[in-house]
Amino acid sequence: MNILVCVKQVPDTNEIKIDPVTNTLVREGVPSIVNPFDGYALEAAARIKDNAPDTRIVVLSMGPKQAEAALRDCLAIAADKAYLASDRAFGGSDTLATSYILSRAIAKVEELEGVKFDAIFCGKQAIDGDTAQVGPELAEQLHYPQVTYGLEASLASDGLHVLREAEDGNEVIGVQLPCLVTFTKPSFDPRFPTIKRKMAARKAQITSITAADLKNLDVTRAGLKGSPTNVKRTFVPPRKQAGVIVKEQTVEASAHRLYELLNKAHVI
Amino acid sequence: MESQSQDLWVFLETNEDGTAKNVGIELLSPGRHLAEKQGGKLVSIVIGYHTDAAVKEASAHGADKVIVVDGAEFQRYTTDAYVAALEYLLKKYAPTSMLIGATPNGRDMGPRLSSRLGTGLTADCTGLDIDEATGNILWTRPAFGGNLMAVIMCPNHRPQLGTVRPGVFKKPDAGPAKAEVVHEDFHVPADQIRTKLLKTIREAADELVDLEGADIIVSGGRGVGGPDGFNVIRDLADALGATVGASRAAVDEGWISHSHQVGQTGKTVSPKLYIACGISGAIQHLAGMSSSDVIVAINKDFDAPIFGVADYGFVGNLFELVPALTAEIKKAKG
Repeated sequence: MNILVCVKQVPDTNEIKIDPVTNTLVREGVPSIVNPFDGYALEAAARIKDNAPDTRIVVLSMGPKQAEAALRDCLAIAADKAYLASDRAFGGSDTLATSYILSRAIAKVEELEGVKFDAIFCGKQAIDGDTAQVGPELAEQLHYPQVTYGLEASLASDGLHVLREAEDGNEVIGVQLPCLVTFTKPSFDPRFPTIKRKMAARKAQITSITAADLKNLDVTRAGLKGSPTNVKRTFVPPRKQAGVIVKEQTVEASAHRLYELLNKAHVI
Repeated sequence: MESQSQDLWVFLETNEDGTAKNVGIELLSPGRHLAEKQGGKLVSIVIGYHTDAAVKEASAHGADKVIVVDGAEFQRYTTDAYVAALEYLLKKYAPTSMLIGATPNGRDMGPRLSSRLGTGLTADCTGLDIDEATGNILWTRPAFGGNLMAVIMCPNHRPQLGTVRPGVFKKPDAGPAKAEVVHEDFHVPADQIRTKLLKTIREAADELVDLEGADIIVSGGRGVGGPDGFNVIRDLADALGATVGASRAAVDEGWISHSHQVGQTGKTVSPKLYIACGISGAIQHLAGMSSSDVIVAINKDFDAPIFGVADYGFVGNLFELVPALTAEIKKAKG
């Protein structure tokens, strides 16, 4: 089986702080990481490979040159080969333009690899944009069926069986191949890289793909100009006025006071 | 696609029994505001099976018109069937914009639909308005885990699409049902639905958690210290008739199941009362609960950001205060 995993390099949003004076995001010193949800997609592919060792896992990222670091992390964990789609013409793309470029880049990777991917795995969403749109938008560009919120996937005679998170529990969805699956956080921890794989990943060749490499790329559908949506402005959400701190002589008295306040506010 | 109408559509997702999901009714509130500014009608789009109850509810809560696609293949959501139906409707009626509830299904369907139509979609919005200068919708949404808010526009493509978080807007009041109801006879052949439900694994009844519909939520975070720490949280919730919530920290530690999680990667809630116990108030958590009417913070650390959004705070040991508050409530109820 051939699986392509799409990954994005993102700033670790857990490390982002707000400057209390300027009320803006402090990005300096914030580490770049593989989007955690993409890590779950990679783990899902690795688990398929655990059971079917002839599976090949290819990772693809779109981003600047430094996104190679994220791809090397994926090679160290489980990927067999990595590609980076990088070009100024891709910059400023919204989710729709991104999915379009990725669909053309996948065609190029398939040509270079000499295979057609049976499945495209993506993270549910990236933790910087939080849109969860690129996966389904890409599935549509490829005309593949999609399954979102996947937890685990297994190969079956009729396609993939995907355990997915539903609103009131989990469900197993059968989907025809080729397909696209997006993954969310499973109950298990993804594997760590081995030292040996880490060393190999450091030296691995990462193939770059530019706009000129993509056949039939419609540049009016890529980058800022190819994006139907644009960001008009951004702002840091306002903080609320400080509330009332309850502090009586004893805990019981504080509890009583709090009860009175909530009762007066007609919320209990 | 050429826009032929100024109508504002609200997608109304249905349950398997044909009733309406709350968010599709909630969105009639901002939908009315946008429709008036756009100078068009407010149209509810109902897709499902045996949807009479949902159609009535949309009509009673203020839709001018309800367009219905009803069929057995729509009883359970599938990407292929729902996107096909909406593609058909959107091309036929060409409304200027459509709001979709940002439920798991809405967020599966929205991007697929926008990609098929080649138009813009804004994800998981928490604010909606019209740009006076251009008449475009201003979609406000959190990014970077809620650290930053972005205002998005889709100036040159129609329809403008957006998914909107459940629980952000309140349902409009119900009145007499007076919407024009249009039934569209649209069906999707079985062989065009490429996914199949093989098995459902429902959570045990005591694990079913309705955070979005709750009036009162009592949540625990890292400060509860372990799975047993949630006992005092549950006792308070029981006394108040409240639902138990949790922060990501508590869920990640495995102290309570993910279905209780409030925040960026959990549920967005806006109850009348939210009591945060031992929750520091990471941005990700605040993003999911800061629109609650009244917020109480109970935390030993006075510098915890949760106090920044709280209406009432208590600085101290939650294992002393929470049981004392439970006792007060029980006493008052007699």
